[in-house]
Amino acid sequence: MTEITFDKVWKEYGDTVVLERINLEIASRSFVALVGPSGCGKTTFLRMLLGDEVPTSGRILLDGVPLKAEPDSDRGVVFQRYSVFPHLTVLGNVLLGREFEQSRLLGRLTSKKHRDASDEARALLDEVGLSGHENKYPAELSGGMQQRLALAQAVMRKPKILLLDEPFGALDPGIRADIHVLIRRIWNASNLTIVMVTHDLSEAFRLASRVIAFERPRNRPEELERYGATLSTDLEQDGTREPSLQGATITRDIEVWPRRIAGAPAPGAGKPAA
Amino acid sequence: MRAINIKPDMTWRIALGCLPFAALLLAYLIFSDARLAANPNDKLLPGFKSMGDALEQYALSPDARTGVYLLWSDTAASLVRLLTALAISTAIALAAGIVIGLLPIAGATLGPVVAVASMVPPLALLPILFIIMGLGEASKITLIVIGTALKLVRDLTLRVQEIPREQIIKAQTLGASTWQIALRVVVPQMLPRLIDAVRLEIGPAWLFLIAAEAIAADAGLGYRIFLVRRYLSMDVIIPYVVWITILAFVMDLALRLLQSKAFPWFAAARSA
Repeated sequence: MTEITFDKVWKEYGDTVVLERINLEIASRSFVALVGPSGCGKTTFLRMLLGDEVPTSGRILLDGVPLKAEPDSDRGVVFQRYSVFPHLTVLGNVLLGREFEQSRLLGRLTSKKHRDASDEARALLDEVGLSGHENKYPAELSGGMQQRLALAQAVMRKPKILLLDEPFGALDPGIRADIHVLIRRIWNASNLTIVMVTHDLSEAFRLASRVIAFERPRNRPEELERYGATLSTDLEQDGTREPSLQGATITRDIEVWPRRIAGAPAPGAGKPAA
Repeated sequence: MRAINIKPDMTWRIALGCLPFAALLLAYLIFSDARLAANPNDKLLPGFKSMGDALEQYALSPDARTGVYLLWSDTAASLVRLLTALAISTAIALAAGIVIGLLPIAGATLGPVVAVASMVPPLALLPILFIIMGLGEASKITLIVIGTALKLVRDLTLRVQEIPREQIIKAQTLGASTWQIALRVVVPQMLPRLIDAVRLEIGPAWLFLIAAEAIAADAGLGYRIFLVRRYLSMDVIIPYVVWITILAFVMDLALRLLQSKAFPWFAAARSA
């Protein structure tokens, strides 16, 4: 079980409030898509979940325990770029997590352990469609293949949560569709809660079991001029702090219907979701 | 066709590359001949014949007094100093650059002192080194190390900080400790970049070596050219300078080859 709780989380940089009044429960094995315009703080949200950023106030809990303030192996991640290591082969990239885990001093495995981990890595590479490319370096792979590799690398370490930061944003539509199938399969097959940031609404609704929208009130001076001064967001008070009306917050929280449940048959289909 | 679009093919490339060398050689020959025609004993621009004789005497026949082949013993003395110093510098740079670049605490502690120390003109330290360490090998090697290591450290620190933050985070999500990140993520990516940095420091290393040898030594390429300067022996100095240039060029070439052979991923990753 991996339940994520955001309890009255605020994030500020100096005087600027980036995120405010974030109260959220994410159930175990959900696939949550975070959407919103650029600059609305969805990446900041993801980085807080990752442990790379710390909330200014409020708490983030993982199964009721406060989140560690630095990234760890509970939370895997795939970024839009730079997710794989350019100096390691495809196989080396996937093996790396296991090597870190089992060889504290050298970060390298030998003989039997290496063989076992290699077999596991090859099976995983086969699953993401990269078999035959084991000995290539990432620079020799296309963008889509690099993201598949990044997924395999993250999954190899068996995280509880997989965080995706616009992982398919730079890919061509056809390649994107293929990798969507893959990510659905991974979500169904592994014991994972997935949180994905995307600016593509259709992607969010196609993949996720729940879509959460972030929005920032348009009340900066230059924006007031452009959009008019009315504020239409329904404010939800959490009783501890006055809303600043400056930072982004959750404005929509949509359960995708028909319900998608990890590992369960896709709605309307007789077989498990591909 | 526009000039920017005219690209020479391989043959032309080689021919064009050789052209300036040929021109320099020709110019030397013309001026040397002109001077020697006016005065057969002219020492400033010796002909190739007398340089050949000098080279034969220094490289192929033993010295009358000591019985050693001077060019080779000078080369050995200089290379030992130079390579020892560069090896020490490279080791210092690798360790310090990674620690300073990767650990914020080390960066805060050592960053400023490295930045200031790298501004000290190394040659100004040479008298101090001679006083403290004497005139032997240690002071010469130390000069080269001081002159090259600090710049290498600064360069490598910057290269470490250029590693995308995403990579460091990714490694942490794979469960890596600081030590493992340094060992498996940072060091392997820094080695080819360190080779680039060392290639650029070969020139300064020779400069400091020759300066130190010119002032106090009993063997070495720099020592020899400053010694024979007293007799205006251009026929020895010029071949020695050419030889030093060849040595430096070969070192550069060797490092470039090492980089492409040992780090096949690097060329593509650099341009990506």
